Amino acid sequence: MTTAILKQPSEPTEPTAARKPNRSFVHGLITNKKALGGMIVMLVFIALALLAPVLFPGDPSRITAMASLEPSPEHWLGTTAKGQDVLALTVHGSRSSLFVGLTVGFASTFIGILVGLASAYFGKFIDEALSLVTNVFLLLPGLPLLVILAAFLPPGLGTVILVLVVTGWAGSARVLRSQALSIRSKDFVAAAVVSGERAGRIMFREILPNMASIVMGTLLACVIYGIGAQAGLEFLGLGDVSTVSWGNNLFWAGNEGALLTGSWWVFVPSGVCIALVAFALSLINYAVDEVTNPRLRKIKTPKITERSAAK
Amino acid sequence: MRFILRRLGFYLIAFWASITLNFLLPRFMPGDPVSRMFARTQGKMQPEQIDALRKLLGVDDRPIWEQYIDYLHNIVTGNMGISISRFPAPVTEVIAAQIGWTLLLGGTALVIAAVAGNLLGILAAWRRGGAIDSALPPVLIFIGSFPYFWLAMGALYLFGVVLGWSPLRHAFTDGVEPGFTWEFLSDVGAHLVLPALTIVLVSIGGWMLGMRNTMIATNSEDYITMAGAKGLRPGRIMFRYAARNAMLPSVTSFGMGLGFVVGGAMLTEVVFAYPGVGYQLLNAVQGLDYPLMQGLFLTITAAVLLANFLVDILYVRLDPRVRSN
Repeated sequence: MTTAILKQPSEPTEPTAARKPNRSFVHGLITNKKALGGMIVMLVFIALALLAPVLFPGDPSRITAMASLEPSPEHWLGTTAKGQDVLALTVHGSRSSLFVGLTVGFASTFIGILVGLASAYFGKFIDEALSLVTNVFLLLPGLPLLVILAAFLPPGLGTVILVLVVTGWAGSARVLRSQALSIRSKDFVAAAVVSGERAGRIMFREILPNMASIVMGTLLACVIYGIGAQAGLEFLGLGDVSTVSWGNNLFWAGNEGALLTGSWWVFVPSGVCIALVAFALSLINYAVDEVTNPRLRKIKTPKITERSAAK
Repeated sequence: MRFILRRLGFYLIAFWASITLNFLLPRFMPGDPVSRMFARTQGKMQPEQIDALRKLLGVDDRPIWEQYIDYLHNIVTGNMGISISRFPAPVTEVIAAQIGWTLLLGGTALVIAAVAGNLLGILAAWRRGGAIDSALPPVLIFIGSFPYFWLAMGALYLFGVVLGWSPLRHAFTDGVEPGFTWEFLSDVGAHLVLPALTIVLVSIGGWMLGMRNTMIATNSEDYITMAGAKGLRPGRIMFRYAARNAMLPSVTSFGMGLGFVVGGAMLTEVVFAYPGVGYQLLNAVQGLDYPLMQGLFLTITAAVLLANFLVDILYVRLDPRVRSN
């Protein structure tokens, strides 16, 4: 979060130029090794998720083999204590996990954009009220609130997504508000206000395009949060235990005593997949930081920069 | 002073919001917790329990505002009702018995991670592009990408099951008499190592990177150049001049971390069956023990708010700019 606040808008401040996609940003991202690596890993996982029904047709949770088999040529990742193929469970699990992660990410970022922009643009009472709500949500302990909400709501995919969005939007709203505030004070926004543009148009067509990189960073962070928090909830048995997902795979692994019977192959794959996706997304996120914040680029001698940083 | 009062007001509002959330949840959620509970306990519920549950879940016929005032009054006087799963123990008693373990586990892990992470961050920023700066961050980010309960599972499997170095569950061995004896304390310590270590491992990267990035910004300030020009020793510049001023965001994180101590070790507690409030919260949810569940949530929230308020007070002392704001 600190890095997000330190980030400077790199785009030119003319409204006309701002609407064009920023070529140097996209170019910087593609030529950045971290970003490229992260994007390749993500593409592999998305392809796996889309191809899962082709690679492993049928219900992945049906029992097809002896229980607790070690990895072998027939079952590359072995079988669970029930006799399900772990590889099929893992590949199919990517569907639910990526879907929930992306949905939660986009929804939380969207709410964050709305709240952050409205806060920064209108200021005064609206800002006070929205900031208060945001700060309260930011302080409520996330996981316990998740658990309580999930316990009261009927279990299901919709509940998981709803619960994760409710607990996840506040962080992005705060980051986006502070960025929107600094753009709000720029001359071209004042010019747009004076020329009588509608509030919605100024917020979404003038301010928002200048926040592209920070919106992207927020989105990536929210997706990581969504995937991790879903896994945590499901690991506690609070998701919809009848679906196949990485979190549920881990829940069943714990439930069936995979740890104590030494069946490491049951709980390792799903955890590694979650970590790989989260790592790939963080790599892209750090690359976005590096591309937009020259101070974080790899340099041997620290340059002297303007003294706006320490807050 | 005005700043502190303003913050105090904010935390009171936040606490009121969580109390109200707690009050509204069982009353307006779809589904009926009471019938679920009756089905689960199959008539084994005591009259006092039914009475307590009615009160809590708003099944009685009084108007909602009357229930609400009653509820607020109960919270203020510390009456959180009676636990269903541990009947007839009051909720406050159950929580009091658990929270010490959580504080021990979370506090140990937080202090170790914060101190070690910040030191690493200072060193990394001081030697940009050096060994620590180039090798550690990617490794720590990768480790931090794992769900921490999964790392806990892996550590439990490796060190507990395969190697047998560490106990598998609970905070101390059954049958060891609790007390300030060497036997008990070393037993507690042995049970603490693995859960604490996994939390440290996951969180240390965040501390290090946060500190590193602020330090880099601080290092380029004029007064650092000035201190170098005066010929001060590098160690002195690094800690007294740069690190001291780069500490502020870490102080905030530490406050957030203090709150995290109570609610955040939850999944680790579950993996190790460590008898803290997080493990208890899961048990309460599984046992449909709504009074205990709500009591735990309020306790955790109160702890988070209190920790953040203390950090706010500390912040005013550390950074005079806050006061003028």
